[in-house]
Amino acid sequence: MNILRTFPRGGLRPREMKSRSLGRPLRNAFLPSLSIVPLLQHRGSAAECLVRPRESVREGMLIGRAVGNDGSNVHSPVPGVVKSLGTITLPWGESSPAVFIELGGEFDCIGKPAQVYAWEEFRKDKLLALLAEKGLVGLGSGIPTERKLALSPGKRVKTLIINGMECEPYLCSDTRLLIEKTAEIMEGVHIAAKIVEPLRRIVAVPSDKKEALAAVKEHLRESCANIELMPLLPKYPLGDERQLVRAVTGEETVSGESVLDVGAVVLNVGTVFALYEAVVLQKPLIERSITIAGKAIGRQENLKVRIGTPLADLVEECGGFTQMPEKIVMGGPMMGWSIADLSCPVTKTTSGALFLTSREIRSSRRTNCLNCGRCIRSCPVGLNPVGLYKKVEHAAYAEACSEGILDCNECGCCAYACPARIPLVKEIRDGKLALASAAALDRGEGV
Amino acid sequence: MRVEVPISVTSSPQMYDESSTRNIMWSVFFCLLPAAFWGVFIFGLSALGVLLAALASAALFEFLFARLAGQDCPLWDGSACVTGLLVGMTLPPSVPLYVPVFASLFAIGVVKWTFGGLGRNWMHPALGGWLFVYFSWPRAMTTWTFPRFLPSPDAVSSATPLGLLKTGIVEETVLPPSPLEYLASLGYPESSVDAVLSPWLNASILEPLGISLPSGYVDLFLGIMPGSIGEVSAFLLLASTVFLLARKILSPAIPAAYFGVFGFFVWVFGGLQYGGEYFTGDVLFHIFTGGLLLGVFYMAADIVASPVTLRGQLIFGSGAGFLTFLIRFYGASPEGAGLAILAMNVFTPLINRLTPPVRFGAPVRGRGRTHE
Repeated sequence: MNILRTFPRGGLRPREMKSRSLGRPLRNAFLPSLSIVPLLQHRGSAAECLVRPRESVREGMLIGRAVGNDGSNVHSPVPGVVKSLGTITLPWGESSPAVFIELGGEFDCIGKPAQVYAWEEFRKDKLLALLAEKGLVGLGSGIPTERKLALSPGKRVKTLIINGMECEPYLCSDTRLLIEKTAEIMEGVHIAAKIVEPLRRIVAVPSDKKEALAAVKEHLRESCANIELMPLLPKYPLGDERQLVRAVTGEETVSGESVLDVGAVVLNVGTVFALYEAVVLQKPLIERSITIAGKAIGRQENLKVRIGTPLADLVEECGGFTQMPEKIVMGGPMMGWSIADLSCPVTKTTSGALFLTSREIRSSRRTNCLNCGRCIRSCPVGLNPVGLYKKVEHAAYAEACSEGILDCNECGCCAYACPARIPLVKEIRDGKLALASAAALDRGEGV
Repeated sequence: MRVEVPISVTSSPQMYDESSTRNIMWSVFFCLLPAAFWGVFIFGLSALGVLLAALASAALFEFLFARLAGQDCPLWDGSACVTGLLVGMTLPPSVPLYVPVFASLFAIGVVKWTFGGLGRNWMHPALGGWLFVYFSWPRAMTTWTFPRFLPSPDAVSSATPLGLLKTGIVEETVLPPSPLEYLASLGYPESSVDAVLSPWLNASILEPLGISLPSGYVDLFLGIMPGSIGEVSAFLLLASTVFLLARKILSPAIPAAYFGVFGFFVWVFGGLQYGGEYFTGDVLFHIFTGGLLLGVFYMAADIVASPVTLRGQLIFGSGAGFLTFLIRFYGASPEGAGLAILAMNVFTPLINRLTPPVRFGAPVRGRGRTHE
């Protein structure tokens, strides 16, 4: 028997909650009458605004230009008129300049056959330039894809892994993409492979997503492509880059190193599809697929949504609230952000919007730590979350640092498992922030 | 558009596991109830009195000590009720009612609240309470009631099966080969239930498999024997444990290690006492008697005072199993589980320190990373 691989330490199987949305095919959402396009949608610094109020914009037009070497381009998701410029607060609390665009005017893309470009003729640097120009970022991480794929000299890639794990509960838009856009995604894999020249190309899919596995298998059989399909034993957080590389290649990254140091590059399915569109159709990143789910929403759906669509529009499109949600979550329930403002727009890294009832959340009163050790046994990084929590609470940051607080990737397993409902992730995040600002002070940068 | 309801905005994760302190504690409480009721059923209403006294005083002391510590009434979390019920279940059915009250006082007041309340105790509160009264009123704590269904012969009127074995082994030199045969030779009775069920089991299920079950085990399994109120029914304790394991409230590591090590040593050395040979110990007899099941599932595997990592739990369970074996076979006390678990509770912080979780990316022995 073929034993399915996964990562060895910690992790858990949260309530998956995908049954109601997994079977729903992707469909295009309505265009928002007012798009709110943040100029900071990636990790780095905000793009420089290129438009003024009352200026008309076309669909896919560059409205924010990348600044410095950690910037990323932003394009107008819809045709229309710039209503105003402003500042909004992103779900994770950062503020960002934003362009408000009122829908109107002529459509350049919709309803017209797309021109297909023969990417095989493009050189590597042309491909990278194209990714940068089209504003492509990792649809999970927000790291500009061009920066991720432009290897520094001397780095060799052994494995290119396509991350189809989508291990967060509720979310299934990546799985839908794998089922519906198999050929496009596989072509995207070849494009990425042309850039990083890996020895192996592996598509990792959870073993319980039978339909997606079958679709990929069928495509690979017909096309005889040089791509391996690897079903993995589902466990959260297998979609985390380091854990995925551990599961697929058996290699663990050392604290402070990236997966590239063990010769791996990981792209998730949504990013590969966007990469295909950016290169083959030369289409900027102005839409993405997301899952709308939760028991408080009328219809759970998988939608292709324009970047900048406010949540309120999506709520309306999915039949409104059947009951008042206890929480509104941008992203998955394990690592996503809860918000209270439905004007919050979908950004390049929004993987879903969840409207959760209190029954789904299972919140409970906070109690003393029971010493049960569930946080420790569930930590995939092998940390002692409650120990770190106590260190941060007593401001013993140096000790927390030596116990590995900076290795925490905030996957949420510890706080999910904690029966005492101790906000472990929040406290650890606070500790990391305190350490970061102390380090900035040391460098004389101020905070 | 802002949502016009009190929506909660929290740090990630945005949802949680089904288990909370409250439903863990109440699940354990309700899982203990069947075995407690069985005790009341076979030992009579005096057992009910003991249980109620233990429960009520535990709740009262919890309330008082929480007040003293300046905290809200923590009774909703159920932990005091679990402690109170467990205290009652570890006591003989006919103890005077001040015994459960003092046991609860020690459990809640000294073991739990002196160290800061829920989750802060370093030993199991109910076991602590039991230990306190065990040494304070030794006579009351070793006076047993004969259960319903079991005719009471005068010769063995006040001893548990294990207690009888212990005195017998000390006093006599030549013994029959197995614990049950020895008990029979003393005139320890057999219930009518066993007399009906044992032959039926043998004829219909076990004989085709080539096994024959001597009489007496059915009594031990169902809990028709003298003993503490809650410890006697192996059957009901096992049944409720299945529920706790399925709900993942109980982690199986400690019980598995405990039974493995204890069973192994009993099997290897358990026969020697009767002049028998190695590898002839009666494991089944020793698992069903002396409160072992109650101790393993509800005290050794108690989450608060046991180690946190898997390796630590295996060490803890193995240690408790081995100590139980030592105490039961070579110590003064006939049972051993309670003392062994308390002893291992003492080692929990040390075990935790010696078995930290293995960090991701830490070098693995024999599989060094190669940097090209």
